[in-house]
Amino acid sequence: MLALVDCNSFFASCEQVFRPDLRGKPLVVLSNNDGCIVARSKEAKALGIPDLEPYFKLKTLLEQNHVHVFSSNYELYGDLSSRVMKTLEQFSPELEIYSIDEAFLSLAGIKGDLRGYGQEIRQAVQKQVGLAVGIGIAPTKTLAKLASFIAKKSARCEYVCVIKDTKEWQKVFSKIPVGEIWGIGSRLSKRLADHHVYSVLDLMQQDSLQMRKYYNVNVARTIDELNGIPCYGLDQHPEPKKQIFSTRSFGAKIMECAALEQSVSQYASRACVRLRKHNHLVKTMLVFASSGHFVDNPYSRSVVIQLPIPTNDTRYVISIARKAIRDSIFRAGVHFARAGVGLIELQPECPEQLDAFTPTQSNRSKQLMSVIDDINKRHSPVYFASQGVNPDWTMRRNLKSPSYTTKWKDLPRVLIK
Amino acid sequence: MNLIPLFKSKLSLPLYSSRVEAGFPSPADDYIEKGLSLDELLIQHPSSTYLVRAQGDSMTGCGIFNNDVLIVDRSLTAKHRDIVIAALDGELTCKFIDLKQHQLVSANPKYPPIPIPESSEFLVEGVVSASIRFHRPCWLW
Repeated sequence: MLALVDCNSFFASCEQVFRPDLRGKPLVVLSNNDGCIVARSKEAKALGIPDLEPYFKLKTLLEQNHVHVFSSNYELYGDLSSRVMKTLEQFSPELEIYSIDEAFLSLAGIKGDLRGYGQEIRQAVQKQVGLAVGIGIAPTKTLAKLASFIAKKSARCEYVCVIKDTKEWQKVFSKIPVGEIWGIGSRLSKRLADHHVYSVLDLMQQDSLQMRKYYNVNVARTIDELNGIPCYGLDQHPEPKKQIFSTRSFGAKIMECAALEQSVSQYASRACVRLRKHNHLVKTMLVFASSGHFVDNPYSRSVVIQLPIPTNDTRYVISIARKAIRDSIFRAGVHFARAGVGLIELQPECPEQLDAFTPTQSNRSKQLMSVIDDINKRHSPVYFASQGVNPDWTMRRNLKSPSYTTKWKDLPRVLIK
Repeated sequence: MNLIPLFKSKLSLPLYSSRVEAGFPSPADDYIEKGLSLDELLIQHPSSTYLVRAQGDSMTGCGIFNNDVLIVDRSLTAKHRDIVIAALDGELTCKFIDLKQHQLVSANPKYPPIPIPESSEFLVEGVVSASIRFHRPCWLW
């Protein structure tokens, strides 16, 4: 059996961990640049605040209802997520971190009361980290996902739902739309409707071999998984990074070449930090920039560059990114809304093929980068001048809460009076 | 003999404390242990431990002063007379917990005990397992 553990309204719940005054209150979290609502507390959902709507459209509604609004605090969410995962490791040696707020656990070998075990996991995460989770337990990943969906919707479950024998669940499955199934998107569910497949039960009862012909192997596997036949195992060792992208929308539109160069310098620098963290070198990179989609003359350019020497030297990657902007991407008169750097072809650093004819990155740049990474980990960061000092195009996060668990200055205050 | 420097090492281990001469190795090499870590001393359960800063003077009697850093372990269950962090009226507070008389007690006569409210709003957030005081201003803030 497998368990899917899923944090309830994760971002919103994180904001409440160090703010007891916000518990039980309506609260929403905004996406990058304070663009859209991406998370809502239970109370905000109950007020009918819609998900994924632009913030500016809902500002009045939020104010009228005294909803607390936060910018995304990824420092906090990332730290709390890793605490949740570490807590889950106490309950199973085999764990797949599926997303920032979800993990699959193998419950192989757990005898007896699985519901009770689920409640134990739930209580441990609540007590040790301070976050509420829902748990779905079933023989396959697809069913565990479905069980966690039911655990959230049905109050009777008390946030833990165990599906052992699918026959007992036919009535419930007939009421859940097929689009709620893991891997069946809205597009696919429209196509399935042509075959009169509307509910989970409808899909379960299809012949997987035949559906494989009409659709694809994944639909066939999903049908098998819904019938309790495991097709997807736990992925405990995710494949090494294949690509690294660093891209953002700007807080304010950019019209100058220098500012655009600054922005890609910053993205290049971030991407290189990640590259070195994973001990990789980049062979091919991509630089791009574009205006928004919603302008009269949308503009978008991207350039792919083959590097003569595989590298992870920020200085080098920045200089290439800036040159690409200057020479081929920037165009006067365009209001740039977004830019980015992608490191699209990577190779591991260690087994560098040393031969007399292949040029390699010098040892000096390797050492310099390692010193910079070290300084940035421990002290106030150093950065490359081309990244700009407090540039005005950076991401808007005006309503961000303190980084309670990752910055010394932001430690939560406890009043002892 | 020159050893290749251990480049980018995250460890503070004295891996080679003596030069490796051809011949007799240092007899102390067998006894090298890893250095002491304050994390190890102060944090028993890393994933459930949070750091907070005390603001106020109601716990001076037990040695917790304004601006001290408190180490809070959420995985511990509060026992009678533990120092705990609790959510009280929407605020985080730090007090002794008196489970016999069901009240929160300060370590300063200026502040009377507070009866633990029956409501579900009251919650022990964690047990204060240690506190840290700087005797010179901390270099980080």
